[in-house]
Amino acid sequence: MKLKSGFLILALAASAAFTVTHMGVSAVSPAAAESEVAGPKVTSFFLDNGMQVVVIPDRRAPVVTHMVWYKAGAADEPPGKSGIAHYLEHLMFKGTKTTKNGEFSARVAAIGGQENAFTSKDYTAYFQRVTPEALPEMMALEADRMENLVLRQEDILAERDVVQEERNSRTENNPGSLLREAMGAALYQNHPYGIPIIGWQHEVNSLTKDDAIAFYDRFYTPNNAILVVAGDIDEATVRKLALETYGKVERRAEPGERVRPKEPEPRAERRVRMSDPRVRTPQFQRLYLTPSYYTDENNEAEALEVLSEILGGGTTSRMYRELVIGQKIATQAGAWYQGGSLDATEFGVYASPRGGVKPAQVETATEAVLAELLENGVTQQEVDRAAKRLIRSSIFTQDSQSTLARIYGGSLTLGSTIEDIQNWPKKIGAVTVEDVNAVARKYFDIRRSVTGVLLPQARQPKNEG
Amino acid sequence: MSDMIVKKTARRIRNLAAGLGMAAAAQLALPGAAYAVDIQTITSDGGIKFLLVEDYTVPLIALSFSFNGGHSQDAVGKEGTSELLTNMLDEGAGEMDSKSFQEALDDNGMRYRFSAGTDKFSGSVQVLKSDADRSFELLSLMLTNPRFDEEPIERMKATRMNSLRAEQTNPQSIAAKALRETLFDDHPYSRPGNGTLESMEAITRDDLIAYHKNVLARDNVVIGIVGAISPEEAAKVVDKVFGKLPEKANLKPVPDVTPAIGEEKAITFDTPQTVISLALPGLKRDDEDFYAAYVVNYILGGGSFSSRLYEEVREKRGLAYGAYSYLATYDSTGFTGIGTATRAERAQQTVDVVRNEITRLAEEGPTPEELEKAKKYIIGSYAISNLDTSGKIASVLTAIQTAKLGTDYIDQRGDYIGSVSLEDTKRVAKRLLDAEPTIITVGRASE
Repeated sequence: MKLKSGFLILALAASAAFTVTHMGVSAVSPAAAESEVAGPKVTSFFLDNGMQVVVIPDRRAPVVTHMVWYKAGAADEPPGKSGIAHYLEHLMFKGTKTTKNGEFSARVAAIGGQENAFTSKDYTAYFQRVTPEALPEMMALEADRMENLVLRQEDILAERDVVQEERNSRTENNPGSLLREAMGAALYQNHPYGIPIIGWQHEVNSLTKDDAIAFYDRFYTPNNAILVVAGDIDEATVRKLALETYGKVERRAEPGERVRPKEPEPRAERRVRMSDPRVRTPQFQRLYLTPSYYTDENNEAEALEVLSEILGGGTTSRMYRELVIGQKIATQAGAWYQGGSLDATEFGVYASPRGGVKPAQVETATEAVLAELLENGVTQQEVDRAAKRLIRSSIFTQDSQSTLARIYGGSLTLGSTIEDIQNWPKKIGAVTVEDVNAVARKYFDIRRSVTGVLLPQARQPKNEG
Repeated sequence: MSDMIVKKTARRIRNLAAGLGMAAAAQLALPGAAYAVDIQTITSDGGIKFLLVEDYTVPLIALSFSFNGGHSQDAVGKEGTSELLTNMLDEGAGEMDSKSFQEALDDNGMRYRFSAGTDKFSGSVQVLKSDADRSFELLSLMLTNPRFDEEPIERMKATRMNSLRAEQTNPQSIAAKALRETLFDDHPYSRPGNGTLESMEAITRDDLIAYHKNVLARDNVVIGIVGAISPEEAAKVVDKVFGKLPEKANLKPVPDVTPAIGEEKAITFDTPQTVISLALPGLKRDDEDFYAAYVVNYILGGGSFSSRLYEEVREKRGLAYGAYSYLATYDSTGFTGIGTATRAERAQQTVDVVRNEITRLAEEGPTPEELEKAKKYIIGSYAISNLDTSGKIASVLTAIQTAKLGTDYIDQRGDYIGSVSLEDTKRVAKRLLDAEPTIITVGRASE
């Protein structure tokens, strides 16, 4: 496997989503890959109960991707109940008034389908990939669990243990994940983005059936959901099936505007430092608080996207050229921008020191790269190359109906329109040198940042005697 | 962020086997199902055979290839050479040094990935139709004429050594190493595909040149192409990309080996969750029991959320997030693997539950109902999982050739699976599972 591609995996790991039932699928940055003009003809309509329906045709293979997205994620949890959005996502497989625990999954497996679900900070989504003949059954089952979930105490407790083991696998067994968790908590001083999606261990331990049902009753309602069907199907068929299934689900709640506590203007630089005997290779990361695609003004998000490419996208980026190739003090170095968030979000830079190099040295070098960029700005050629790369990547997404379904579902859930998504390449292409320099100067302010350092050896415990 | 990344993060069972430094994905899960894919078999003017599926729906071309070779061709003491080679092909080629070449790739925008498995050195690329000529020119340079300059070699070695250091305290990697070494003793398969700090340090430019010359040859490659390209154009692409490679490969023979089953190794490592890995006898891809074994594995702990291990370990008892089994098939051996992870105080209970399921399936075999469900899933899932993107279809085209299955395989696969009888599964369950497993645990010592 190419190590260089791994740079972006880090970005994704730091980003949003968690899956349930099996393994991790990360969220795609909503704008990260939209179709060009030649892309599929995407259509959309609303059911009377307020549920949006989106159809993305892809007639190449007899396969459909069926997804339901809820505008409810970890950042919508009540205080003290961290992890409930993700725990509920697991519990959605436990049966309804008319289906047994595991029956939905068994019926998907019986036809050779694939399924899963994932929770991010802003949304939760459920999906199946099946042949078109099975779509009516999938829609009926998914509509059923939107309103008829039944939870039994014994299933609840076993599944809570499963979630604890999921947390153990993802986080507790991995010092890098523990550091990222601590950095997130430090970056967001007021906003619930500082709470891990999977939840704090002590709070997950005490989540109950009532907590899950309360979250379900508050957010799982057709007027808070988006149906995305991609694949070998036409709009008329989807419309007919949607009316027969989701169309019959009553509005169960009025979740209202998605207003979370806002971040104050950051005033103090923060540092998070963690030592763990399991660490063999130190890490340095820094996060800056920035606007997202959904909070920015004047297309700052597009400019930040281009900036992240110039600064840290691949081996021709400034970070890699300087720290890895030039100074030879790092084995990896890069940057990412997590623009696909409902509220203010993060821009990250990172570097892994080479054997024997101290994290402080790569931190100093990173700061010099940033200072140089602020001082002299980016070049027209850099902006052109970065934009071209981003735009071209969107064409590749046309090859995968499930990727398209994710991009549309995720972006629409956050408030984009189909037009926004399709205009993304154009807006990226319109980003200027001045735009990039302006966002860099505005947001690379140390007071907006959290610096995280992961170190190999535990420090000597202080004498507490 | 690109969709390629998402595909990589959506890894599961296959990567676990890959974590052992073994088994390319295609070797684990094999193709099949009734679904119309029109495969053309073509021989280029230069005499290179390949498979093609034309599809003009999206303006892309996917190309996949696989050479016999992989980790098992690394020289002794130079383990990690094939992995390092995956990082070196795009670090300068022809007249262009690393920087120029990376910029050329950036400007072109092709997507590519090279990977090394136990027995194969493979690659996949996706190119935009409009940039295809330049893309295939760059690919040709990477495969035929890489420079192997000192600066990138040294840089990539340093990067790999950092990863190797991190592996030393990763419980999954520790378990994979122990499993490999326990199963294969002094056979080449026991060696670390990623190398060690010492072997990576020792690799030189000459080692890369030798590996490249010995493995990347015309008589040693299978190729699949899918997308917006005609047979004539595709044949030209194949000659352009592969035509200048040496005619014949020079591979070291890898002897057949029987994995050592029935060993136990408990490795003490201070981390909250204990990693558990088991191995039982297996078989090779060309074994006549392969399809029955595929069904048995599905029932025990394969694919869906409905397997026995998933049910007993996760659903009923909440012992783990994942519990699964897999058939690891290699050119020179095979084994049946099982993996899960749980908190230290439940490790023994989890091993007991897993072993109970192994014994139960070995003694009683599956039920007729389980067999029917398994067949339906395995037949139905094929097209859904493997034929929905051009990149995946291209991989199927190479996998079909690697396993010598014939171009009718996609149509025939349903019958191969459908004809597995209950008796077959009972016999094969015994063959695979009626044994003391090798058991590896990595975690805190039990009290």
